[in-house]
Amino acid sequence: MANNGSNNVLVSVKNLKKFFPIKQGFIFNRQVTQVKAVNDISFEIKQGETLGLVGESGCGKSTTGRAVLQLHKPTSGHVFYEDQDLTTLSEGELRALRPKIQMIFQDSIASLNPRHSVRKIIGEPLVIHNIGTAKTIHNRVVELMELVGLNPKWMKRFPHEFSGGQRQRINIARALALNPRFVVCDEPISALDVSIQAQVVNLLKDLQQQLGLTYLFIAHDLSMVQYLSDRVAVMYLGKAMELADKQTLFKEPLHPYTQSLMSAVPLPQPKLERKRKRIILQGEVPSPSKAPNGCVFHTRCPLAIDRCAKVIPEYRQVHPDHFVACHLVDDQQSSIIKVIGR
Amino acid sequence: MILQVKNLITRFYSVDGVVYAINGVNFALDAGETLAVVGESGSGKSVTMMSLLGLIPQPPGKIEGGQAFLFENGEQQDLLKMSDQQIRRVRGGKVGFIFQDPISSLNPTMTIGKQIAESMTEHLGLNRLEARKRTVELLNEVGIADADRRFDSYPHEFSGGMRQRVMIAIAVACQPKIVIADEPTTALDVTVQAQIIELVQRLQEQLGIAIVWITHDLAVVASMADRVLVMYGGTVVEDALVNDLFDNPQHPYTIGLLKAIPGVTKMGAEERLESIEGAPPDLLRELTFCPFAPRCQFVSDQCLTELPPLITITKQHRAACFYDAEKRKIKEKEVEHGQ
Repeated sequence: MANNGSNNVLVSVKNLKKFFPIKQGFIFNRQVTQVKAVNDISFEIKQGETLGLVGESGCGKSTTGRAVLQLHKPTSGHVFYEDQDLTTLSEGELRALRPKIQMIFQDSIASLNPRHSVRKIIGEPLVIHNIGTAKTIHNRVVELMELVGLNPKWMKRFPHEFSGGQRQRINIARALALNPRFVVCDEPISALDVSIQAQVVNLLKDLQQQLGLTYLFIAHDLSMVQYLSDRVAVMYLGKAMELADKQTLFKEPLHPYTQSLMSAVPLPQPKLERKRKRIILQGEVPSPSKAPNGCVFHTRCPLAIDRCAKVIPEYRQVHPDHFVACHLVDDQQSSIIKVIGR
Repeated sequence: MILQVKNLITRFYSVDGVVYAINGVNFALDAGETLAVVGESGSGKSVTMMSLLGLIPQPPGKIEGGQAFLFENGEQQDLLKMSDQQIRRVRGGKVGFIFQDPISSLNPTMTIGKQIAESMTEHLGLNRLEARKRTVELLNEVGIADADRRFDSYPHEFSGGMRQRVMIAIAVACQPKIVIADEPTTALDVTVQAQIIELVQRLQEQLGIAIVWITHDLAVVASMADRVLVMYGGTVVEDALVNDLFDNPQHPYTIGLLKAIPGVTKMGAEERLESIEGAPPDLLRELTFCPFAPRCQFVSDQCLTELPPLITITKQHRAACFYDAEKRKIKEKEVEHGQ
């Protein structure tokens, strides 16, 4: 879908950092330490593509999504939308740009105001941005509800009268109200039942084709990410570990963490599953407030060497469009000792 | 066979009306096997298991019918006829339980060692010292390092995966015959999920326990189940060996479910996922016909008037559907050509 020319990059993230302070004390309220939720991340999203962002809980994938849209003010780094640096814009300038950059949230019930009717919820972005009259807004809401597969007759109903899947459709309709070009989808399907997930995924895909949307798709479900994305970035403890196009990443992952993650995900194929050897990682993800020195993954890495505990591996391009942060990836051959033979 | 459930019916009498949660569930569990129970939220997978062990709050809940025989040493006992005291002896004794959310199932004010030891003093009649010794062994067994010191830790000092290990230790402490695991890995990250699945499988082999694994994740089912029970609208719609279920699903709901997830037949993004249109059934209505009929592409008049029983297809494969498999294949082809 996306070609490789660098001129069609829509969103470009450079050395993005977001640290949250941890404060202690009541009167003097001093900062004791900080959580490095997103620590120096760079990636590009091309026009019309879907970039998947995966990782375990607490790896900073949602914070990244929010920092890209400036819902969290980044600690440092830059986010370019076309050629505008979002981090330098004023509140007003940012608001003027908001129609183009939108977000779909995970929790459809928490992100919809329970006291507002669906018409008010979907039409609100238009009211805020002063677009159109009451009549045109009404027509636009009808159009949007049809677009996402909701019956426009339901526009006077309230969020609690809808099922989880329908609520997520309301969320999507609201995000699309202002004709955005770039949408951050933060785990839009993880709270839904399997048969409903497929409905929403298909809808997101259709909308992308119809409207030429560009997605940053955040999820922890690797199979859905594989299904929906063109390229995938893997995060661990606030750092990007690897980024490549989908085929490469799922077939030939270079980073030991990516390999372990792929191996830990069960496949819905019983015969294959019984034969497969698994890499079972020891322990759990350390707390982001006490991230290890050197490579953040070295405490669980089955291949870690001394250098991994001391030196932070550089996040670098080893193949065209294949980035990885690992000392063990050989630059010349750009290959790695497999954690297990497959 | 170690457990046989016949025609279980559970209802809840709520303010909004009667919730028909379980509408005649039948299944059997063999000693040492892993039975996966899959279904979407509200399909009745948890309520079925909770009904068997007297964990349904009554009122509002009421078990209105059925039998659940637990077989042991050639004797059979009906779990549904037991007094509170008898069923309490079964729970945590012959039948262990692992819940989805270990933080709310562990007592936050009690050390984890005490919580494990408690069940052994209660059920096996061990004294305090014996129970402590056995607890430390168990903690080692479930992969908690430095067990002797960890005995005196509180649940909040453990991570999610470690807490689930503690839950597993409690579940297997009294040498159960059956362990019921209710979505034990849903709240965990994938790398930790892999650890927990491996641990449960190792313990099962060592101790010869039968496991009932409740989940909504078909990939987890594929990786560990021997047999699968698919539930929908408070009924069992299909019961098959795991390979049969994935290779040759019989119930339209199972067929739809397998087409709705990536990775079974569809790996590439070019192919569309097939979603099941519509929404799960409203449990506030009494079930008088097939619960899946309103969403089913093979629906006939009979489906809308009668409740299909579980029909035996092969010895180990049953499905609750009026539609015959041969006819279905023909129709599927017609549908494909029609599009």
